Amino acid sequence: MKVGEATRLENALRVNGDLKLVAYIMAGHPNQKKSIEVGKKLAASGIAAIEIGIPFSDPLADGPVIQKAGQVALEHGMNVAGALEVAGAIAGEGVPVVLMTYINPILSHDARKFAAEAAQAGVAGVIVPDLPVEESEPVAGWLRSASLDTVFMVAPTTSDARLETICEHSSGFVYCVTVTGTTGARKELPSGMKELFGLVRKHTNLPIAAGFGISRPEHMKALLGAADAAVVGSAIVNEIDHGRDPLPLVKELLKACR
Amino acid sequence: MHKGADYKPIQNGQILSVWDTPQDPAADRIATGIIEGPGQTATAKQFEGQALLAMRMGKKRVIAETGAGQHGVAAATVCARFGLECTVYMGTEDMRRQSMNVRRMRLLGAEVVEVKAGTKTLKDATSEAIRDWVTNVETTHYIIGSVVGPHPYPEMVRDLQRVIGDEAREQYLSVDGKLPDAVVACVGGGSNAIGMFTAFIEDRDVRLVGVEAAGKGVKTGQHAASLVGGRPGVLHGSFSYLLQDGDGQVLPTHSISAGLDYPGVGPEHAYLHDTRRVEYVAVTDAEALAAFKLCTRLEGIMPALEPAHALHQAGLLAREMGPGGRILLCLSGRGDKDMDSVEIPAKSEASP
Repeated sequence: MKVGEATRLENALRVNGDLKLVAYIMAGHPNQKKSIEVGKKLAASGIAAIEIGIPFSDPLADGPVIQKAGQVALEHGMNVAGALEVAGAIAGEGVPVVLMTYINPILSHDARKFAAEAAQAGVAGVIVPDLPVEESEPVAGWLRSASLDTVFMVAPTTSDARLETICEHSSGFVYCVTVTGTTGARKELPSGMKELFGLVRKHTNLPIAAGFGISRPEHMKALLGAADAAVVGSAIVNEIDHGRDPLPLVKELLKACR
Repeated sequence: MHKGADYKPIQNGQILSVWDTPQDPAADRIATGIIEGPGQTATAKQFEGQALLAMRMGKKRVIAETGAGQHGVAAATVCARFGLECTVYMGTEDMRRQSMNVRRMRLLGAEVVEVKAGTKTLKDATSEAIRDWVTNVETTHYIIGSVVGPHPYPEMVRDLQRVIGDEAREQYLSVDGKLPDAVVACVGGGSNAIGMFTAFIEDRDVRLVGVEAAGKGVKTGQHAASLVGGRPGVLHGSFSYLLQDGDGQVLPTHSISAGLDYPGVGPEHAYLHDTRRVEYVAVTDAEALAAFKLCTRLEGIMPALEPAHALHQAGLLAREMGPGGRILLCLSGRGDKDMDSVEIPAKSEASP
């Protein structure tokens, strides 16, 4: 809950004129060593935070690019313990790390142990798209006890009543899903997304990060002044998947944030 | 959600008036039990309810996932009947082994989308349908084929599906004057079973038996018996029993029957399992196949491979009970669709 001091994530995403960029990579994609290398490189590129995916066999919120990256990571034996090593190595670079995964690997690992180990690795917060806020205890409580932020998601379809509850239970930032649908690059962002940001602002002072579909410099321009941060996932993962360095894309996106 | 709609009026009258045709009786009385019968649209009566719900919500498009193809055919049938656009997600592997139902769906005007991801079976078809649903939710209603998925689906599908249990219970009382000793149904996601069991839950003397797919044997790891061989976990938005590895990754499943080939099970079954109101057992491919052949021979009824699992268990129960034992079996589908999966001998076999 948003009592007390601002968290590390909150400060990192707090807008000061610019739009902040949150870059997503999948732990273990294409393998553990390379995902650490890429993550460290991105950490030093000027992004505000890095989101690290822990692969799950059935990633319902993800589109084809992140699904495939997760499959590759799983084939290389990536799991919660391995992903926490990746997170720890990247967090060592000083950039706030947010873990993104589904609830089943967390439950299977033991949620309390997961919270303690993530905190130990230097992780700042956790996003679990298939953990509805109504069902989030006791897991969310354990995460908070370990001083981890619990980032919940709102979507264009979220009712006003739920929006309020989600904002109340979020810390670090509120993740605004800009599109109805799964992750994956889109040509254009929906025109109605700014209304969603407005509704969220009515309920919270936390930074707003927009995500899903965001992939191009012109998207950054569109979000500048409306959201506090933009999460870019599939576009970056796609570069990595094709064996390319994602840094040029990230630099281009960062340039468009000002 | 479904309770907010004009639910009662559509529950029985309208559903039955749409589908109860004289040549398609709801129940065939055979042997020592009553078999809740495989009509043209087989497994379920929940589709009509969901299609009516879709229309009430103003949705013009319906999507569904299917394993055996029965659910897809049923969805395609109601959509054709009510003029709704229909898209069915089906794994590559299931399209191969249930090709007759693929053709039926297409004949009914549905688009069948091949799902090549993951295990290429029901689990991945369900994931893909959920992704479509969250993307097109403004225009689209997702008719889940079982009592799985996020709330309110398990509850809603049970409430619509329980028509079969209520009817069967009534028939037992009116024909025999008393309830059966045992009720047996196969369990994949578990919709036909929950539909049948719900009517009898309060009848404490009636033994309820759910039959999962043991595939090549639960010990081999090649099976789909979530309750018998799994542990608690979350898949497709509900917390239930799940076949998963030590890292919480969902495991591939195996069953000869596409409709049972699913690593999870409806959350209410998990509850009925934990409270021991229902006994859950698992029956292998080979046992189901033998029951499939036996039922075809003895009764002239070719069951689907899914309820063939339940038939095997009913046989065991019948032997245990002896003469006079009364078993209600949910014959949740017909076997025409399985002709390609079942090896038919070139010459007729000697009678057993």
